[in-house]
Amino acid sequence: MGVFDVVGPVMIGPSSSHTAGAARIGLMAREILKDEPKKAVITVYGSFAKTYKGHGTDRALVAGLLGFSADDVRLRTSFSLAEEAGLEIDFHRSDAEVHHPNTVRIAMTGASGRQVEVLGVSLGGGKIEIREINRAEVALNGEEHTLITVHRDQPGIIAQATTVLAIGHINVSNMRVFRSAKNATAVMIVCTDSAVPPEIVHMIENITAIESVVTLRPI
Amino acid sequence: MYKYEYNSLHDLLTLAEKDGTTLADIVVRHEVESSEVSEEKVRAMMDSRLDVFQESIDAGMNDPGKSVSGLVGGDAHKLAESTPTLLGALAHKAAIYALAVSEANAKMFKIVACPTAGSCGIVPAVMMAEAETLNISRDAMVDALFIASGIGAVVSHNATVAGAVGGCQAECGTAAAMAAAAAASMAGGSNDTILQAFALCLKNTLGLACDPVAGLVEVPCVKRNAVFAVEALAAAEMALAGIKSVIPPDEVIAAMAEIGRIMPVALKETSDGGLARTETGKAIAARLEKAMEA
Repeated sequence: MGVFDVVGPVMIGPSSSHTAGAARIGLMAREILKDEPKKAVITVYGSFAKTYKGHGTDRALVAGLLGFSADDVRLRTSFSLAEEAGLEIDFHRSDAEVHHPNTVRIAMTGASGRQVEVLGVSLGGGKIEIREINRAEVALNGEEHTLITVHRDQPGIIAQATTVLAIGHINVSNMRVFRSAKNATAVMIVCTDSAVPPEIVHMIENITAIESVVTLRPI
Repeated sequence: MYKYEYNSLHDLLTLAEKDGTTLADIVVRHEVESSEVSEEKVRAMMDSRLDVFQESIDAGMNDPGKSVSGLVGGDAHKLAESTPTLLGALAHKAAIYALAVSEANAKMFKIVACPTAGSCGIVPAVMMAEAETLNISRDAMVDALFIASGIGAVVSHNATVAGAVGGCQAECGTAAAMAAAAAASMAGGSNDTILQAFALCLKNTLGLACDPVAGLVEVPCVKRNAVFAVEALAAAEMALAGIKSVIPPDEVIAAMAEIGRIMPVALKETSDGGLARTETGKAIAARLEKAMEA
């Protein structure tokens, strides 16, 4: 833990896990949507469902969806700001069993009609993890530049993508691959020390068997 | 391995003694070497944390309202309006500020988690009250905050600062001990005195349960911040008088880690024990649950 994690983060109270973490999950969801959200169906589970009101978890999630960071005082009034921004919020509590006590599912529809669903967990101290995108398993913490590919699982795809990154002098700090089954859809998550520029993203998109590429900036 | 890396308070003290400098200098140098950010920027970042301390004190003092649950709010003002009968001016002010920051946190204002949101009132309260009362320079305050954060990093490394892992001793306990160290530093204490203040304070929080009513960062958190701000000052006062902890600082941290491990889960932020399960605690939880369903 660095000194600025001990004396920090700077955040809107009252809880680093239930407020700051929730805001970061909302912000990460917006980043993954890559669009101005117009509708969000939010379902909270576990401890989030039990104590969301007193912790302002609902307001924090909506603030994140509006693009506010965890130390933005607008978090306090996010519901009315969402209304002004034309973002419709449909909020639910669920008593379904979940793996992590601080879990939320957010199904978003963007201005362009784009639909993305994410599952996020708040790990404590403001740290988060996005564990699903459109029901596919992922692991994103929002702390680094990240490139995500959706591709057909077959030999050589990972090597080709990392070769393109090497050509662009992009240093990979962490990398994980998830797949639902052999030869089925796979997701590759590559964390990098610097942002991946558009021309490199385009080269990766052109690799056969890669269906889509998304880049995320640290939140 | 970095030149100024420290994983214990013994490391931190040894590095400072070797270079004939302060604990603050070692913490700053390690932050500079590990983050590759200039000393000037690192100091400016810590300085800006002091601005948020002040902002959160002001927010708590100026807002007369209650939290969403209605359980907390208004006590900082109440204590400020009352002439102290028992406490000295500094301790009285520290208690007021700790209530103010913790109430600000519960009412969703901006705070610095220090080390956590639940314990966010203690370090700002002690530091700001002492700085005002003793007229401490901004540089000395930044140094003190580096020392507190470096010590907190050691606690996090060798024990925990999460209530869910170690109970409230890990949150308010660590915060108070960090504040005691900062207080001793600002008062001109030596490197060893600063660490003794830390140890004397942390020892007296060991075993503290995290048992929040209805799972909220309100009861007992807010008032606990105020009481522990005063404890931090008492520990620092003793250290400044030359009183030493019989158990060395690193061993106190190890004891805290062990107590955290053997503490029942019911007392570690689950609200399944302690104050949360008292008749009143249960009634409050039931009332809030009902209000949420409505």
